[in-house]
Amino acid sequence: MSRITRQEVERVAALARLELAPDEAERMTSQLDAILDYVALLSEVDTTGIAPTSHAVPLRTPLRDDRPGPPLDPDDAVRNAPEREGSAFLVPKVIEGEES
Amino acid sequence: MGPPLGTLAGLRADLDAKRVSSRELVDACLARAEALDRKLHAFLGLRAERARAEAAESDARRARGEVRGALEGIPVALKDNMVQRGEPTTCASRILEGFVSPYDATIVRRLQAAGAVIVGRTNLDEFAMGSSTENSAYGPSRNPWDVSRTPGGSSGGSAAAVAAGIVPLALGSDTGGSIRQPAACTGIVGMKPTYGRVSRYGLVAFASSLDQIGPFTRSAADCATALEVLCGHDPFDSTSLPEPVPRFSEALTGDVSGLVIGLPKEYFVEEGVDPAVLAAVRAAVAELEKAGAKTREVSLPHTKYGIACYYLIAPAEASSNLARYDGVRYGLRAKDAENLTELYCRTRSQGFGAEVKRRILLGTYVLSAGYYDAYYRKAQQVRTLVRRDFEGALAGCDVIATPTMPEVAFRIGEKSGDPLRMYLNDVYTVSANLAGVPGISIPCGFHEGMPIGLQLLGRILDEATLLRVADAYERCTDWHSRRPPETA
Amino acid sequence: MSRVLEKYEAVIGLEVHVHLKTASKLFSNAPVVYGAEPNHAVTPVCLALPGSLPVLNAKAVEFAIRAGLATHCKVHPQSVFARKNYFYPDLPKGYQISQYEEPICTEGWIEIELPAEKGGAEGPQTKRVGITRIHMEEDAGKSIHDEVVAGTGSAVDLNRAGVPLLEIVSEPVLRSAAEASAYLRALRSILRYVDVSEADMEKGQFRCDANVSLRRRGESKLGTRTETKNLNSFRFVEAAIGIEIERQAKLLDAGGRVIQATLLYDPATNKTRVMRTKENADDYRYFPDPDLVPLVIDPAEIERVRRELPELPDRKRARFQAEHGLSEYDARLLTGSRALADFFERAAKALGNAKTVANWVLRDVLQALKERELEIEQTKLEPEALAALLALVESGRVTAKSARDLLPELVERGGDPAALVRARGLEAVSDTGVIEAAADEAIAASPEMAARYRAGEEKILNALIGQVMKKTAGKASPAAVKEILARKLRG
Ligand SMILES: [Mg+2]
Ligand SMILES: [Zn+2]
Repeated sequence: MSRITRQEVERVAALARLELAPDEAERMTSQLDAILDYVALLSEVDTTGIAPTSHAVPLRTPLRDDRPGPPLDPDDAVRNAPEREGSAFLVPKVIEGEES
Repeated sequence: MGPPLGTLAGLRADLDAKRVSSRELVDACLARAEALDRKLHAFLGLRAERARAEAAESDARRARGEVRGALEGIPVALKDNMVQRGEPTTCASRILEGFVSPYDATIVRRLQAAGAVIVGRTNLDEFAMGSSTENSAYGPSRNPWDVSRTPGGSSGGSAAAVAAGIVPLALGSDTGGSIRQPAACTGIVGMKPTYGRVSRYGLVAFASSLDQIGPFTRSAADCATALEVLCGHDPFDSTSLPEPVPRFSEALTGDVSGLVIGLPKEYFVEEGVDPAVLAAVRAAVAELEKAGAKTREVSLPHTKYGIACYYLIAPAEASSNLARYDGVRYGLRAKDAENLTELYCRTRSQGFGAEVKRRILLGTYVLSAGYYDAYYRKAQQVRTLVRRDFEGALAGCDVIATPTMPEVAFRIGEKSGDPLRMYLNDVYTVSANLAGVPGISIPCGFHEGMPIGLQLLGRILDEATLLRVADAYERCTDWHSRRPPETA
Repeated sequence: MSRVLEKYEAVIGLEVHVHLKTASKLFSNAPVVYGAEPNHAVTPVCLALPGSLPVLNAKAVEFAIRAGLATHCKVHPQSVFARKNYFYPDLPKGYQISQYEEPICTEGWIEIELPAEKGGAEGPQTKRVGITRIHMEEDAGKSIHDEVVAGTGSAVDLNRAGVPLLEIVSEPVLRSAAEASAYLRALRSILRYVDVSEADMEKGQFRCDANVSLRRRGESKLGTRTETKNLNSFRFVEAAIGIEIERQAKLLDAGGRVIQATLLYDPATNKTRVMRTKENADDYRYFPDPDLVPLVIDPAEIERVRRELPELPDRKRARFQAEHGLSEYDARLLTGSRALADFFERAAKALGNAKTVANWVLRDVLQALKERELEIEQTKLEPEALAALLALVESGRVTAKSARDLLPELVERGGDPAALVRARGLEAVSDTGVIEAAADEAIAASPEMAARYRAGEEKILNALIGQVMKKTAGKASPAAVKEILARKLRG
C-alpha cells in the first residue's frame, strides 16, 4: 500500500509553488513514498504525554529594546532585484487579495 | 605549487616570528587553490584581490604592533552559505545566482575582528542538503585522498580545502552531521558546537532548530583556537546562548585520567557498519584507556529513530525557510512569467535542484492540514525522547564515543540514485543535532587508504571536554598529521 | 434592513488589526515610518535576505500586555510565535510570523454603548462584547497597483513589512452593522486611552475584517459565515456589513445557501466581491517558528504594566459621577474620548465647578466643534480659557448669552476671553441706573402685564424681564433685572 499518491504530491507541489514535469512527479512520488514508509517507524514509539521539543537547548526569550537602527542604504536594498521600478520591486500584476 | 599550509598554530608562530607575512601566506593559499581546485572543486569562488589587500593590511597592522586577535593574517575559507557584505553567496544553488549580500554574517564580523583574511567560498550540497556535495548545482567536490570519492557533505568543500592544506581553517555548518561527516571523510578535525554557541545570523537557514556553524582544522588545538573566535552571544540571533565562552585552549591539558567514556550499545552493533570502521573506533577508545580514561557501556535507546525524526523536522523547517526564494527581491527570476503563480512556480522549479525540491515537498507535506500531528508533532515528541537519552547517558559519563559514519567516504555517484540510502549515512550524527549537544570528529585510522572518523559527543556547553579528549588522543597517535598523497 | 432583521438574526464577529506605536518593527530594528520612499525603511530582516533572523521588540510586548489588560483579557505568561506559510509578493519570507495555538491574550471583554433605538428605553443601553483573543503578528508590505508606478505589473514596497500588529478577535455577539461600528469605536477609544496605537484608520493603523452569518430568529445553530476583508473606515464597516446581511438574506429567502468565502469590499463601487471560497482556501501549515523561542513573561512584569495602566473609560466615568456629581449620561459622553475627558477635567479644575463646565462642554463646545468639523484634539481653546470665560459668567461680568456667542470664535481661534469681551464691549451692564430706566420703560409700555403681576400672576414677570433684556442688548444680568423689576412693581 502506498503512503502518498501522485495527486497528493501534485497538491503539495502547488502549495510549495513547484511545478513538476510528469516523469519528475512520478519519481518524486515513489521516492517520497519510500521515505514516508521509512519514517513510519516513529509510530511504534509511545509518545503519549510527551511534550514536543522545538529547541533542544533551554533558551530564554531575548527581547530587543525599541530603538530603531539605520535602515539599509536604499540602493543596497534593491540592488539584487531582478526587476524594479525606482526603489520598488516589480512583479506581475497582483490581483488584490488573491494569495497567488 | 607550494607545500601544504601548516596548522593554525604553526602558521601563527611563523607570523609572530616574522618567518612569513600574511601576504605570503595568502598568496601561497591562493596558488594552491588555483592549482588543486581543478581536481578538487573545493571552492565556488576565491576573493583573491580583496584577500591580498586584507593580508597587506594585516601585515601593516602587525608591523605597527596592532595584532587584532588569534587569527591575525590567517587565510580562512567560508562554506558558501554564510554571507559577507559585497560578496556573492550561492548556497550552491541556481536560485541565488547573482545575489550579493548587503550585510555581514556575525561570524564574518568575528573572524575579521580576530584579524582573519577570508579567501573564498567553499562548495556544498545545495542549501546544505546532502552528505556528499554531489547536490551542488556547480558540480561535486572531490576527496583529496581519492578524487573518485566524495569528501562527504554537506560542507565537503571546506573539508577538502583544509585536508588539502589550502587553508588551515575553514567554516562549515552542521544540521545533521554536515561538519563531522566530511571531517571524517577527509581525515581532519571538525566540530559542531552546542546549538546556540555560534550565531546563525548570516548563515543561510536550512533547518533553524538544528543548524550550527563550526570549524574544520587539522588539530584539536586549532579547533579550540577557532572556537574561541567563533563562539559568543549575538543579540541578532534569538537562539544564541548568553553563556560565557571558556578559554578552550586552556582545557587542552593532555590529561584524561579518570575521565569516563560512554560507549552506547546501540552504536556498536555490527549490522549497517563497516567492521573496519568499528575496529578503528574500538582501537581509539583502547588508546584513550591506556592514557587513563575509563569506559562504560551506556544506552541511547531511541537511536534507531534519529534518522526518521530528523528527516521529518529538517525538511519541515526547510520547506518554510526556502519559501523566500521567490524571484521577487533577489536571485533567479524565471523569464516571461504571465502572472505571479507562474513567476513563483517557474522560478523555484528552475532554481532548485532535485534534492532541495524533494525536501521542500516532504516538509510541505508533513506540515499540511491533516498530517501535522501524525508527522511533525510526533517527530518533535520523539525529539524530546532523544534529548532525554543524552541527558541520561551523559549523567553517567563525560563523553560518548561512536563512529562518525558507518563507512569510509563512498564513491561519487555510488548513492546519488537513492535518497533514502544517502540519508542513512547520517545515522551516527543526526542525534547530536536533535539533542543540541556538541560533537567532534577526529581522525582515528584508515581503511582502503581512506580516513576513518571517531566521533565524540559531550554535554550541552561542554565543548571543552571534547577538545581535551581529542587533543589527548592526538598526543598518542599521528592520524591527524597524515596528509593526502594526491596533494602533497 | 430593519425588515430583514425581523426575520433573521445577524451574527457578527470582528477581527481588528491595530498598528502598535513602536519606533522600530516587531522583529527588526528597522524604523517604523509612514509615507517614506519605497524600501527606504528596511533592514535585511524586512527584505527576508538569506541568513537574516528575527528578534522580538520588547515595547511591542508591553503594548500587547497593556491592550490585553485594558480589555479584561487573561495575559498568558507563555505564548508562542508560529509561521503562517503562504506566497504573496508583499510577504517577503513566504510566511507571516504570528501567534496561533498560544496567543498572548485570551478571554476578555469590553463594554459598548448600543445605538439608541427610536422609542427605546431612555438613557443609553450598554452591552458587553467578549474578546476571544489578542495576538501579536507582523504586518505585510504594500503592493502598489498604480499604472503610473507599476505599469502593467505591481510594485512592492516593504517599508510596512514587519510593523507590529495586534489582531483582536471579538466573539460573534454583534447583531447589526450599527453594533459592529459601536464596538469598533469603543475598542479604538480604549486602545487610544492606553496609548498603544494612534489607531488612525486613514493610515491603515486600525483595520477590520467582518465575519457575518444569518440565522432565522429563535434558531440556535449558526449559519454559514463569510469574512469581508479590508474595511478601513467606520463607514465602510457599516456599509459592507449591511450589504452582506442583505445579500445573505436574499439568498436564504430564495431558498439558496450561503457559501463560506472571503469577500473583499470595494469602497469605490460600495460592493463586495468574492476573493476566495473555502474550496480553494490556502493551507497555511502553521508551526512554531524555529528562529524564535516561546515568549515567557514574568508575572511581575504583567503586574507592573497593570499598575502603570492609565485610567480606562469605565473607571473614569464612575469617578466623574462620584467626584464631580455628574449624571451617568454626562459622564459617559465626557469619557467618550480620552482627549475630551482630559479637556473637561482641566477646565473643571481651573473653574472649580465641574457641573457648569460639563454643561458648557457637552452643549456649547461640542456644538461649536461639530459646526466646524473639528475634533476636540484640534481646538485652539485652552481648557483654562474656557474656565476663565465661565468665571466671567458666574461673576456676572458677562452674561451667559454673550459667552455663548463668543464660544465658537474661541473654539476656532483660541485667545483670552477677558480680552475678547473687552474688545467686543460685551461686559454685562452693572450700572443699575441703566437697568432702572429700562425697567420703567418696560412697565410703562405694558401696564396690563404689571397689573396681572400685582394681582399675583408671578410668572408674567419673565415676559417683562425679556423686554428689559432686549433693551439692554442681553448685557444686563437677568438676576439684577428681575430684582429691580420686582421692587418697582411692588412699588
Ligand atoms: Mg485573522
Ligand atoms: Zn492577522
